Amino acid sequence: MLTYLRKRIVSSALPLVVVIVGVFALARLTGNPASLYLPLNATDQMRADFAARNGLDQPLLAQMADYFGGVLQLDFGTSLRTGESAAAMALRAFPATLQLAATTMVLAIVLAVIVGSWAALKPNGVADRISSFISMAAASIPDFWLAIVGIWVFAITLGWVPTSGVAGAAAWVLPIGTLVMRPFGALVQVVRGAMVSALAEPYIKLARSKGASQSRVVTRHALRNAAAPALTVAGDLTVGLVNGAVVVETIFGWPGIGKLMIDSILQRDFAVLQACVLLTALAIFVLNIVIDLLYALLDPRVRPASAASRRAKARQAAVPVQSAPA
Amino acid sequence: MTMTATNEGTRRPGEPNRVVLRVAGLDVDIRTPSGEIRAVSGTGFVARAGQTLALLGESGCGKSMTAKAIAGLLDPVAHVSGGTVELDGKDLNRMSAKERRKVAGAELGIVFQDALTVLNPVYPVGVQLGEAFRIHRGLSAKAARKEAIALMKRVGIPEPESRVDAFPHQFSGGMRQRILIAMAVALSPKLLIADEPTTALDVTVQAQIMDLLRRLRQEENMAVVLITHDLAVVAEEADDVSVMYAGTVAEQGPVEQVFATPRHPYTKGLLESVPVDAERGSNLSSIPGSPPELKNIPAGCVYQDRCPLARELCRQERPVLREVAPGQQAACHFSELLATDETLEEIKS
Repeated sequence: MLTYLRKRIVSSALPLVVVIVGVFALARLTGNPASLYLPLNATDQMRADFAARNGLDQPLLAQMADYFGGVLQLDFGTSLRTGESAAAMALRAFPATLQLAATTMVLAIVLAVIVGSWAALKPNGVADRISSFISMAAASIPDFWLAIVGIWVFAITLGWVPTSGVAGAAAWVLPIGTLVMRPFGALVQVVRGAMVSALAEPYIKLARSKGASQSRVVTRHALRNAAAPALTVAGDLTVGLVNGAVVVETIFGWPGIGKLMIDSILQRDFAVLQACVLLTALAIFVLNIVIDLLYALLDPRVRPASAASRRAKARQAAVPVQSAPA
Repeated sequence: MTMTATNEGTRRPGEPNRVVLRVAGLDVDIRTPSGEIRAVSGTGFVARAGQTLALLGESGCGKSMTAKAIAGLLDPVAHVSGGTVELDGKDLNRMSAKERRKVAGAELGIVFQDALTVLNPVYPVGVQLGEAFRIHRGLSAKAARKEAIALMKRVGIPEPESRVDAFPHQFSGGMRQRILIAMAVALSPKLLIADEPTTALDVTVQAQIMDLLRRLRQEENMAVVLITHDLAVVAEEADDVSVMYAGTVAEQGPVEQVFATPRHPYTKGLLESVPVDAERGSNLSSIPGSPPELKNIPAGCVYQDRCPLARELCRQERPVLREVAPGQQAACHFSELLATDETLEEIKS
């Protein structure tokens, strides 16, 4: 377990560095912050002072070295906009996104398991066709379009939910309703496929031969086996949710990390942008570890033998296998 | 189907030789893109308490399909289209799905062939062994685990207390087969169907598994239907044999009688192809050709294309299973020709 974690941390360090270097360089392509933060008629002297104050007069490589030096001491720079610590801003915005993403994924998984299993019971049956249509539609509709239409229909025309903000449960409906579509649509397909093949496995026959009811066969025997492939895809979809969150948080004014990221890009607030990206990358890294662990939990065949079972095996090997007592 | 109607079924339960399973006129059809195919046609036999009936045949002859039809575990593309399957006098084919589930596991156990793929990979064997107790007897998880340990002990798995929580992939092939057998006999069923239970195993392990099946059959006074393609296993283990060919029963009766005086050319051909006392260098006898494809079963006798004795009558009329000797039935027009010690070749000339 510890060996595994150590390996994962080492192998993830390089991608993290690459991500930061990329963001660092790309952010600076958006233009000079000075033209946003200083008045239009600012003098060259004011511009030079601003650059010097924020370390932007240095060559790019020196800026980068400076930044990484800071990161190693857990100093992620300060916001150009507010003068606040960039890390603090990113961490403050993070829980809002986490809540949104977690609720969305839980909802997507629950719905997809129900619809996907229902479809798998009779491949090419009516239920399968209906669910196939729904899931294709859900996975294909662009989220920005859905968000805007949602606001128009449910917030403006019907007035059931607020157009934006986080006040009250009703405010959650549109952002989650928008975000859930793509993971739901994709997961239905995965769950259906995994369930169709699980239900055709010989162990299903064994369960039936013991008199297991249909619901027991589906939930205990098939679903548990179908969970592993579904989990892998669910992990990837959660990562993809970050993209969706940028759009959805911006449209609905959700104070999460996606909105902070967009704001930082628009304001050329490099340190905050880098902190947001770094935090998101870290979250994805942790998520992948959690998925690996869940995977081992779901499928005993990929579980490394625990010390206890290794001992049992050694004992087993020492005892000659006797035939059945007659 | 000339199944003589007797009153065995009305005898007191528990008595040996009581008829537990009576299959008659069983038809199984398979749906294919080019229409329905009859995989099992008019099959019938009886299995008695405390005895073993062997269903013997080549792969594809319908013996496994017959077993699955009896157990109600046919694949969705196959269905029973005729005949009766009576377990203790109750016709399983007329039962609702719910009634059948009550029978499955409790009165009818089945041992599958490939123990590795049949056991659910994500549950400890103890959970799977205890499942029947939970379903039929409503035991708690803890009580079911206790039953699982007792079962493992019964089928000779060492250290059941520590092995009960191990997963299927942590057992050897022979041990997995023992677990499957334990699962099938968990609730002391009246009928045990064993579908090629030793095919995937080493010879030494095969013998152990057959010993175990025999011991359990005697202890529980179960009727065992043993599906196999192995003549030696049939000779050793079975009381009665039904030789199947192309979805039909070619010949059946007590094993000793059928093997000593086969009255169907297919049975005789099978027995002659076993190399007994063959001299080094001499040609081994075999049955020429291969079984007909199910979608073009010929009119007349299903065995005509491979039969050295086939005549015009065999091409026109399908022989029905008839009593050819006391207790022995064969589906051959020329059964009487076979009642000699001569080989098929000698009879032909």
